[in-house]
Amino acid sequence: MSGLNPEQVPVLRRGFRFQWEPAQDCHVLLYPEGMIKLNGSAGAILAEVDGVRSVAAIVAGLRERFPEAEGIETDILEFLEVARERFWIELR
Amino acid sequence: MSDSGSSFAKPGFVPGPPLWLLAELTYRCPLQCPYCSNPLDFARHGEELSTAQWIEVFRQARELGAAQLGFSGGEPLVRQDLTELIRAARGMGYYTNLITSGIGLSEARIAEFAAAGLDHIQVSFQAADEEVNNLLAGSDKAFAQKLAMARAVKAHGYPMVLNFVTHRHNIDHIERIIELCLELEADFVELATCQFYGWAELNRAGLLPTRAQLERAERITNEWREKLAAQGHPCKLIFVTPDYYEERPKACMGGWGSLFLDIAPDGTALPCHSAKLLPVQFPNVREHSLRHIWFDSFGFNRYRGDDWLPEPCRSCDEKERDFGGCRCQAFLLTGDAEATDPVCGKSAHHGLILDARRQAEEAPKGLDELVQRNVRASQIICKG
Repeated sequence: MSGLNPEQVPVLRRGFRFQWEPAQDCHVLLYPEGMIKLNGSAGAILAEVDGVRSVAAIVAGLRERFPEAEGIETDILEFLEVARERFWIELR
Repeated sequence: MSDSGSSFAKPGFVPGPPLWLLAELTYRCPLQCPYCSNPLDFARHGEELSTAQWIEVFRQARELGAAQLGFSGGEPLVRQDLTELIRAARGMGYYTNLITSGIGLSEARIAEFAAAGLDHIQVSFQAADEEVNNLLAGSDKAFAQKLAMARAVKAHGYPMVLNFVTHRHNIDHIERIIELCLELEADFVELATCQFYGWAELNRAGLLPTRAQLERAERITNEWREKLAAQGHPCKLIFVTPDYYEERPKACMGGWGSLFLDIAPDGTALPCHSAKLLPVQFPNVREHSLRHIWFDSFGFNRYRGDDWLPEPCRSCDEKERDFGGCRCQAFLLTGDAEATDPVCGKSAHHGLILDARRQAEEAPKGLDELVQRNVRASQIICKG
C-alpha cells in the first residue's frame, strides 16, 4: 500500500519551513521563493513532523486525536508519501 | 506616512495580499551585467531608505500578508546593515531570501547571516566558464569568487538556488551549466533566458537567442530532468523561456498589483521592478502607508481589473489568463502602455516581435558590442 517504513522519522527538507499564516488562514510550507498552502489535514499532519517522532508515532498520535476519522492511517501515509516524492520531507 | 488621500480602488475588485515583497535595497553593484533589470537611469535615483525605514516597510508588508521577502538590488551585500535587516525580517516570520552575485560575500558574512536567521541564498552566475562569466560581469575575479561562495553557502547548510541568466552567448553551454550546478549541489537551478527590460532591452540585439538555440537548450534541460527524476535527485531545474518566442503573452507578475510588491532603493513602491519606466505615477513609502499604497494608490490600481483593456484583449476569451500581457513590454515596444503586449499574435504590433526574431537570425550583435551597466553609461543614456 505504501513504501513508507513506519519506523522511519520524517523531517522537513532543509530550507523548508512550516508555519501558520494568518493572512492565508491556513498552514503553509515556505521554501526558496515559494509557498505551498496546505489544507486542514495536510497542515495537521505536517505539524507533527518534528524530526523526532516516527511515522508510526505520528499515526498513533493523530488517530488518538481524531478517533472519528475513518481511514486516517491511509490518509497520513499517502500524504507523507506525496510529501517525500515532492522533496518536502526526508525520511531518516 | 499616511493612510489618507484619494482612493483609486476599483469597485468590485478586491486584491489579495502582496505575498512577495522584493526589497531592492540599493542600485549600487560591483558588477556591470549588460542584461541588468535595473532602470537605465538608476544613477539618477534618490537617497536609499534608512535601516529603520526598511524595517518599517517589512513590518507593514508582513501585516498585509507578505510571507516571502527578497533582499535584492543592485547588490544587496553593499548595504552594511544587511544583517540587521535580515534579523528584523526573520523575527517577523518572513521567509528571507538573499539574491546576490556573491561578490562581497565571505564565509564570515554567510555565518553571520545564518545566525540572524537568513533562510536562503540565491547566487547568480553569468556563465559556466570563467572567461565568458567575467567578461559579462565586467570583473576579472567574479567567477572564482562565485564558485567559492556557492560552496560556502552549501557548507553552512542553506538551501541554494543558482541562477543563470541565459542568452545567445552562453545558452549553447547549457549542459555545462547544469553540470556545474549539480557539482555545486544546488537545490534549485533557474535557467532564465533574459527578459527584455532595462539594460537587457537596450542590448536586445546582442542577447536574444535564436529559436534553434532555445529549442536545443530546452531539449537538453528536459533530458537532464528525466535523468534526475530517474535518480530520485532532489535538484529542480526551472527553465524560463523568453516570451519573444511565444504567441501569447505572459500573465506578467500574476496580474498587476496582485501578488508582488517591489520597493525601489529610494522607497518608490512598484508592482514590478521594471514598472518605473511606465508613464504612471507611483507612490513612495516615505509618504504613504503600504496599506494605502497596495489598496488605494493610483499606480497599483492603474491596470487592475479589465476595464482598461484595449481591443483585441477586451473581447478575447483569454483575457482572464494573461491580463493583456506585460505593461512594460507594451510600452517599451509600442510607446503605448495600454496597448496589447506585442508578444500576442493578435496584437497589431506583433511584427515588432517577428523583427526581433529575424534580427536574432540575421544580424545579431557580438558580445563585445553590449553596453555594460554602470554609472557612466547610465548618465550618458539618461542625460538631462
